[in-house]
Amino acid sequence: MKLHSNRATALAALLLSVSVLSACGADDTETGTGTDDGGDTGSGGGESSLTMLPKNLGNPYFDTSTKGAEEAAGEAGASIEQVGPETGDDPAGQVPFINTVAQQGADGLIVSANDPEAICDAIGEARDAGVKVVTFDSDTNPECRDLFINQATAEGIAAKQLELIAEEIGGSGEIAILSAAANATNQNSWIEMMEAELESNADYADIELVDTVYGDDQDQKSFDQTEALLQNHPDLKGIISPTTVGIAAAARYLSESDSKGKVALTGLGTPNQMREFVEDGTVSSFALWNPGDLGYLAVFATQALIDGDISGEEGDTFEAGKLGEFEVGADGVVLLGEPFTFDADNIADFDF
Amino acid sequence: MSSTRTYTAYARPLWWRTLVTRESAVITLTALVIVYSILNVPNFDGPLTLKFLLQDIAPILLIALPMTLIIVTGEIDLSVASIVGLSSVLLGVLHEGGLSIPVAGLLALLAGAACGALNGFLIAYVGLPSLAVTIGTLALFRGVAVGLLGTKAVTEFTERWTDLATGTIGPTSIPLVMIPFVVLAIGFSLLLHFSTFGRGVYDIGLNDEAAHFTGVDVARTKLILFVLSGAVSAFAGIYYTLRFGSARGDNATGMELQVIAAVLLGGVSIFGGRGRLHGVIAGVVLIGVIASALRLESVTVNVTNIIIGLLLVASVIATPLLSWAATRLPRRSPRPEETTPPKQATPAGV
Repeated sequence: MKLHSNRATALAALLLSVSVLSACGADDTETGTGTDDGGDTGSGGGESSLTMLPKNLGNPYFDTSTKGAEEAAGEAGASIEQVGPETGDDPAGQVPFINTVAQQGADGLIVSANDPEAICDAIGEARDAGVKVVTFDSDTNPECRDLFINQATAEGIAAKQLELIAEEIGGSGEIAILSAAANATNQNSWIEMMEAELESNADYADIELVDTVYGDDQDQKSFDQTEALLQNHPDLKGIISPTTVGIAAAARYLSESDSKGKVALTGLGTPNQMREFVEDGTVSSFALWNPGDLGYLAVFATQALIDGDISGEEGDTFEAGKLGEFEVGADGVVLLGEPFTFDADNIADFDF
Repeated sequence: MSSTRTYTAYARPLWWRTLVTRESAVITLTALVIVYSILNVPNFDGPLTLKFLLQDIAPILLIALPMTLIIVTGEIDLSVASIVGLSSVLLGVLHEGGLSIPVAGLLALLAGAACGALNGFLIAYVGLPSLAVTIGTLALFRGVAVGLLGTKAVTEFTERWTDLATGTIGPTSIPLVMIPFVVLAIGFSLLLHFSTFGRGVYDIGLNDEAAHFTGVDVARTKLILFVLSGAVSAFAGIYYTLRFGSARGDNATGMELQVIAAVLLGGVSIFGGRGRLHGVIAGVVLIGVIASALRLESVTVNVTNIIIGLLLVASVIATPLLSWAATRLPRRSPRPEETTPPKQATPAGV
């Protein structure tokens, strides 16, 4: 048996194909049954199959909302699986996953949109294939989806964060914002609201917003941007970070720097990430809703659509397990509630 | 001994050498994976798969065409995804400013070609390394793109044109974007495999000084390739923007690595001088099919990346490793009538 390089290449490719195919095969045995169930129930009824598509995987915020969704799925008699891109920096990165849901003929898709427009066509095709589509956390254009589960109104979030920072810096001084990606839909709408509120509200006349920087929801970049903020603005008195990755990175920087206790930090964070910084005095309070409740509510809303209990019209009402009854508002929006303030007194009560 | 090794490549009959190539290996593997997926992956045989698959890989297919020629010359263009982003933003800004989609698109194409010309000028005429130049322009073009639109996105596009980008050919599942792709693929194939220009591209990749002395205009060839790369990337950017109905500065972030990975998987040598377009097209399809099938199996994207990464590394390692192994094995002596490489009668400098 003789070999030469071309033949060798062909052999290499064959070996490789065996390894790839065996990899596929292994996955087939692990998840194949679950996927088959999904395809079957699409036509046959019984347990409904839901897909949870966060902005990106490995984000503790979305991990919590998925946990809440799984809890609700258990109660509502649905199966749920989480899929998604690794990073949220490509606006169209969710499209292949939405397409996959359409191909599988799942019953429901629960998605936090990376871009309000870019995923609309894909959602349209999924809905054509019979999938009920509910957005949560970050919406698409209203006509694209069936329902949006809103964690809190933008006004409520913007007002709460300004209220907290004004209280902590004593009502006057320079503040800055550390946001997520420059194109993040909800961060930008909150920032616009805060800017408008700072302009118009007499209580905030002495507060000046000097800078807005973007950490792209990456820990290291947010950490570096915090450092840059403090260097560029020596008189800075407070930072608002309306993103869980940003506020945790900023708190870590502040807790190790000379500015600890001198520069106030608030924003949107999760109790588990912020616990040590509240306990060591870097942060005195921050706000959020419970993302677990958000995922929980989203599943019940999706299930109500699948069962035909609601059609997504304004005024429709549905039961959401432990959270009680909810009503669909204008533009197919369901509101979870008011933002919640976490501080040293109550943080021990929460674990997410 | 050394002469034996030199001529081993010609020790097989012509049909064997034509069929058993690296490109055939990639095509065979792609076919195997497709057949396997149809038989074993739930819903892979559904009506939507082909459309979604081709729509997803269309920009990569397009950009891989000029990228192949550039890598064959031994250069690289890392700025392609940033040109996609820049052309996307330009299309959005110009359309918002009142220009129709065709006019705005044409200007975006010209801007892409100009970006490519800047790369090409710095690389071919100033003599800077393409890796360094295009890392720089990767950041530069992306920076301009994000700077032009800021945090906004332009989403108002004439429906006729977005329908064109998302539509399919008649009742088939084949997206319309495959038409310009096939036209470009035929054009680039003629250019690379059936023209004097293409022979020059290979010569530059093997030894650009020698190519220069045989009459190849090395600088002009490289400039043309980078301009083509810029223009095709801009076209991919226009398609991308219209498909998603969203012009944003961060569109297609990181796509350059997907393109280069597919080109290398398709059998193009990163050192230049070797590679063929049909292998590259199979490489793009192979990665697309694997990603699509694994998504249907609900395999997380990091596992998909690991599998594609291993495939790429294995394909790069396999060739030298196995040809080394082949030289250690006993072989019969080459047939004398095949010891001379067939000479192409190529007039130099034409």
